[in-house]
Amino acid sequence: MAAIIEVDHLSKQYADGPKALDDVSLSIDEGEIVALLGPNGAGKTTMISIVCGLVVPTGGTVRVGGHDIRSDWRAARKLIGLVPQEITLEPFETVMNCARFTRGLYGAPPDDAYLEKVLRSLSLWDKRDAQTRALSGGMKRRVLIAKALSHNPQVLFLDEPTAGVDVALRREMWQVVDQLRRDGVTIILTTHYLEEAEEMADRIGVINRGKLLLMKPTAELMGEFGKKHLTVELSERMAICPPELSERGITLSEDGLRLGYDYDTRSDRTGIAHLLAELARLGIAVRDVSTKQSSLEEVFMSLVSNEEEGAA
Amino acid sequence: MINTGAIRAIFHHEMSRFFRTIWQSIASPVLSTVLYFVVFGAAIGGRIQSVEGISYGAFIVPGLMMLTVLQQSVSNGSFGIYFPKFSGTIYEYLVAPAGWIEVTVGFVGAAASKAILIAFLILITSFFFVGVHIAHPFWMLAFLFLTAFAFSLLGFIIGLWAKNFEQLQIVPMMVITPLVFLGGAFYSASMLPPFWEAVAKLNPVLYLISGFRWAFFDMADVPVGLSLFAVALMIAVCMFTIRWIFLTGWRLRE
Repeated sequence: MAAIIEVDHLSKQYADGPKALDDVSLSIDEGEIVALLGPNGAGKTTMISIVCGLVVPTGGTVRVGGHDIRSDWRAARKLIGLVPQEITLEPFETVMNCARFTRGLYGAPPDDAYLEKVLRSLSLWDKRDAQTRALSGGMKRRVLIAKALSHNPQVLFLDEPTAGVDVALRREMWQVVDQLRRDGVTIILTTHYLEEAEEMADRIGVINRGKLLLMKPTAELMGEFGKKHLTVELSERMAICPPELSERGITLSEDGLRLGYDYDTRSDRTGIAHLLAELARLGIAVRDVSTKQSSLEEVFMSLVSNEEEGAA
Repeated sequence: MINTGAIRAIFHHEMSRFFRTIWQSIASPVLSTVLYFVVFGAAIGGRIQSVEGISYGAFIVPGLMMLTVLQQSVSNGSFGIYFPKFSGTIYEYLVAPAGWIEVTVGFVGAAASKAILIAFLILITSFFFVGVHIAHPFWMLAFLFLTAFAFSLLGFIIGLWAKNFEQLQIVPMMVITPLVFLGGAFYSASMLPPFWEAVAKLNPVLYLISGFRWAFFDMADVPVGLSLFAVALMIAVCMFTIRWIFLTGWRLRE
């Protein structure tokens, strides 16, 4: 698959601030869905803004579909659709007119049949004559996507598409992205949520303090960092962890009331069934069982500490 | 290559907004003009028989048209670009394959068109009150179009510069309106004492009104060539400033 976005040694240094992007290089193939993960201020939005033309880089190059975003910006921008983080719509404009306007801005000839297809795919066709101010938050976000798709772009940037939305709407957004994936659109999205990246992306990039710490296929990254921790609360205090359990990597808490076990959700055998059977065989009474997935924060801590160790 | 589709889209978008509120857009300037005719034409004009052989009621028609064109151009030009900044939709213009020239022509073309449309309505309204003869129709149109374009460009710069609605209002209110009133909208500069006539000629708006009045009555306070030069210079300076703003991103990408 050919690369549609090539970022080479990209940097952005604001005049009176820290380096927002520091020598970032990456390549994204056609039809791929890439999630950029990172905390606030990591540089995710700066990177998207540079590719889309909102921010001027201080170093490096970006090519979209082979077109340099600075020397051949018109051709590059025609290939891009951007869904911003904030919901920004003209309140008195109708949904259909919003889409028509954006299509016109990109120099595409009027094509209401295509726009109908886009609005239908986003479940907005029934609302085509409604003013945007009358729509719910979820619908407004879909209008932004419709606008971004109105000129039939090859690359779609979604800047935190589920920031501040409820669980139902987040699921709905995932379905929209899944539909776009089936339509062959290349998607680059930013998010805080590991779960979201895991659900949607083919590859995940982690950005922190302007640096791209890694870029890996989702399955590989989740295998590496997507551990779960099982906690077994015991009915009675234990003095030591039985050898049958410690051999399996199970640890006993200092107060002797909890057993802990790390496992990989993606492996065929997590070992949980075996553990519970072993507890029954040893006659250890269990009061409660809970699991916790390693959070993005923990992934970050792991990556950052690795980075610092490497630097030392 | 210029993205003409973007110019069309912005122009159409802005004109749609105008036509959505067509009655408010038209009623206010037309009512103001009627009042000007009643106050200046009937009440005061009865005491000023004529200005250089032209009835006072007819004499103020070009000034009234210019007053409206300048106010409407600045107001429409500034609001047109300020509103996307205010609502956050400005990002659309900045990420589209459209340069400063397309965005400017789209917004400014729409602002100037609205002002010209209202100016024609005022001209039509004036026919109900006074007899107006246009000596140089082509030049009347030329001055009207150029002035509307020049002041829409100025309004566009104000809209780019403004950070809030107060700033958006202050330049038209504190600078443009006084310049128009002191620029000979309701009198000829030759009616002033020599010192104040010299001071009045420092006002760039006087050159526009004078040229426009010449197109109507074949009489001017300053040479017509100077009037044309003044409007051309203003267009050039405004275009240069807008280009600089878009290239540097000042107040646009902050």
